[in-house]
Amino acid sequence: MSERTSKLSINATPAGADVTADEADPRTGGQHATVPAQRANRRRRPPLSENKRAERKLGWLLCAPAALVMVAVTGYPILYSVWLSLQRFDLRFPDEREFVGLENYITVLTNEFWWTAFGVTMLITVVTVAVELVLGMGLALVMHRTLVGRGIVRTAALIPYGIVTVVAAFSWRYAWTPGTGYLANLFSDGAPLTERASSLAIIMLAEIWKTTPFMALLLMAGLALVPEDLLKAASTDGATGWQRFTKVMLPVMKPAILVALLFRTLDAFRVFDNIYVLTSGANETSSVSMIAYNNLIRGLNLGIGSTMSVLIFITVAIIAFIFVKLFGTAAPGSDDGERR
Amino acid sequence: MAARSVAGADMSGDDRLRVRRPVRVRALATAAALTLVAPMAACASGDDGGVPTINLYYPPEENFQQVVDRCNAEANGRYRIANRVLPREADEQRVQMVRRLAAEDTGMDVLGLDVTWTQEFAGANWILEWTGQDRAEAEEGTLEGPLDTARYEDKLYAAPKHTNVQLLWYRKDLVPEPPASWDEMISTAQRLKEEGQPYQVLATGAQYEGLVVLYNSLVASAGGNILNADGTESVVDEGAVRALEALRHLATSGVTSPSFSNATEDPMRLEFQAGNGAFQINWPFVYPAMQEANPELAENVAWARVPGVESGTPSRMTIGGINLAVSRFSPHPEESFAAAKCLRNAENQKFSAINDGVPPTIERVFDDPEMDEAYPMKDAILATLREPAVRPLTPAYQSISTVTSAILSPPAAIDPQATADELRDAVADALDSKGVLP
Repeated sequence: MSERTSKLSINATPAGADVTADEADPRTGGQHATVPAQRANRRRRPPLSENKRAERKLGWLLCAPAALVMVAVTGYPILYSVWLSLQRFDLRFPDEREFVGLENYITVLTNEFWWTAFGVTMLITVVTVAVELVLGMGLALVMHRTLVGRGIVRTAALIPYGIVTVVAAFSWRYAWTPGTGYLANLFSDGAPLTERASSLAIIMLAEIWKTTPFMALLLMAGLALVPEDLLKAASTDGATGWQRFTKVMLPVMKPAILVALLFRTLDAFRVFDNIYVLTSGANETSSVSMIAYNNLIRGLNLGIGSTMSVLIFITVAIIAFIFVKLFGTAAPGSDDGERR
Repeated sequence: MAARSVAGADMSGDDRLRVRRPVRVRALATAAALTLVAPMAACASGDDGGVPTINLYYPPEENFQQVVDRCNAEANGRYRIANRVLPREADEQRVQMVRRLAAEDTGMDVLGLDVTWTQEFAGANWILEWTGQDRAEAEEGTLEGPLDTARYEDKLYAAPKHTNVQLLWYRKDLVPEPPASWDEMISTAQRLKEEGQPYQVLATGAQYEGLVVLYNSLVASAGGNILNADGTESVVDEGAVRALEALRHLATSGVTSPSFSNATEDPMRLEFQAGNGAFQINWPFVYPAMQEANPELAENVAWARVPGVESGTPSRMTIGGINLAVSRFSPHPEESFAAAKCLRNAENQKFSAINDGVPPTIERVFDDPEMDEAYPMKDAILATLREPAVRPLTPAYQSISTVTSAILSPPAAIDPQATADELRDAVADALDSKGVLP
């Protein structure tokens, strides 16, 4: 699941990056004369010719089947789980199936297991994304600035991301198991995966280790957008390294950072594999995905399980909305564009 | 692929050719399609020259293939059992079967179910009821406890293949006579501790099924109930409260191993094998393992029925084991019932009991002289099996078990009355499909 979205997000970055380039350029004093022209074009929208319109229509027709399949493949399961979440539907009591309205939502939202899992998920999300952002930025700078052995450095840095999460999680698990593991014996005399705080720390460590390279990759794409001339100009004006980083690089990279943060937050919120392998949710380390899986697959309670899936979906939608609303309008290009 | 490219060439060819060609093309395409479809058809029906294949899904058991082979020979061409081994972890076994049965998979015929899943699968309408001659054969001579685990709403849904029960293993060099009650066991351990002897009482205290098994045994021993007789309502009565007191007493009396709240069967066995324990409540597999790993200590180990909660009242221990059921979606139900009966007949139960250490469910198998060597403790097992405790018989057992182990964990933090109230509500919610699993 997470692998797939991650790939999507890699594709999505250049698109976001293009916009940045467009909008950042005016600040450099209109390096490319074509840019303002393009923008003007976009605003005026001259009426399309007959030919163009036919072509566009054909375009729509050609991509309609694919679009329809996409809608069916994503829309149907979502609607179906909403429908399931409104019923008492337990595979073990097939005769008791009935429509119960929002009762399942009340059950879940008043349940302490759910809120514990929600808290755990939030904690993991906030901590891992924050740490990954800092580490990822450092790694991106290193990868960007490396002069010798660029390929090797980048490949080495990306290895953790290339390992299947479950496989990596198993190696973490064995490393932290007393007797078989080198880490467990090194850092403690107990079994760290049997206690809550240390389990959570290990889950977060595994997550960070695994996805920092991904963060770095996205940020490196952002770094590539920072014009060398701009940095040189800043340094001629007497900006220190730190000032160049915070005043020049970060603002230009902001949209790329936003994309990276958004994808990582959504990904981290749905954390499943590491927890499943490392603790299988013991000692209150379940995430919301884990608890939904437990109720759906292990508990065979389609009503409650679907309710949780829908709640996760809604939370993810809210996170995405907040990101786009709060940070989207604060993107540097648009602000500055308005002021000038 | 080949057929398609030929057809493609044909389309671009001229009209005259088109008249002659299609016959050949069609023949080719048909042949290709047939070769592709034929194995699928064979796979779907499971027929091999008229002999139906019975797909048996069964947990790993070392010598079970030999039992399967014997039944195949006995069937004499009527059916052929294919032994599909399930994953090692119980949870994964259940998830695989549940997922496929929910999708009405016809590729599963006979299912090896843990005793606690039988009601769940029956409630979900996934397994067939045993009736008539099949039922009579499955019930004949079978111990009542294991049979109870195979019933749902007074109908028989499975045939008990093997059973299991925990015994008290104690060090006869430290404790000459087994304790008569739960409290006596704890006070003996405290005395041993003061004397500087090995003293630990080893029991399954981790948050998992083993803790529920222990608690369920204590509830039954104290004469209590978690559910009403029909398994439809949560009662958690006085006896259940008494059992909570007994469990807390064990956890807080300073005689458990330091890792009691994480203890599962195998680490417990190792701890006892290392000589740290005076008492161990565990399944019979510990004995042969100890004879192999620490023969000197094994000499000093004896067994008895687990002491009851009150002295004078014997304990009732929770039984485990496997039941054989036939999937509702099986294309060959008749042969599946026959195969299941063969796999669990007296002769094969004896073979499995001796070679794989799984106690039989047919009572007279215990009397076989060959059993004496493999089961020196068979009298204690049989005595316990005659007065057993079964886990709550309801389709919602899985949920009840999960919330129960969560509520009881860690056992030292139990507050009998409050914990019982919490448990009663949680069990009621689980029965109403409102229970949220952690």
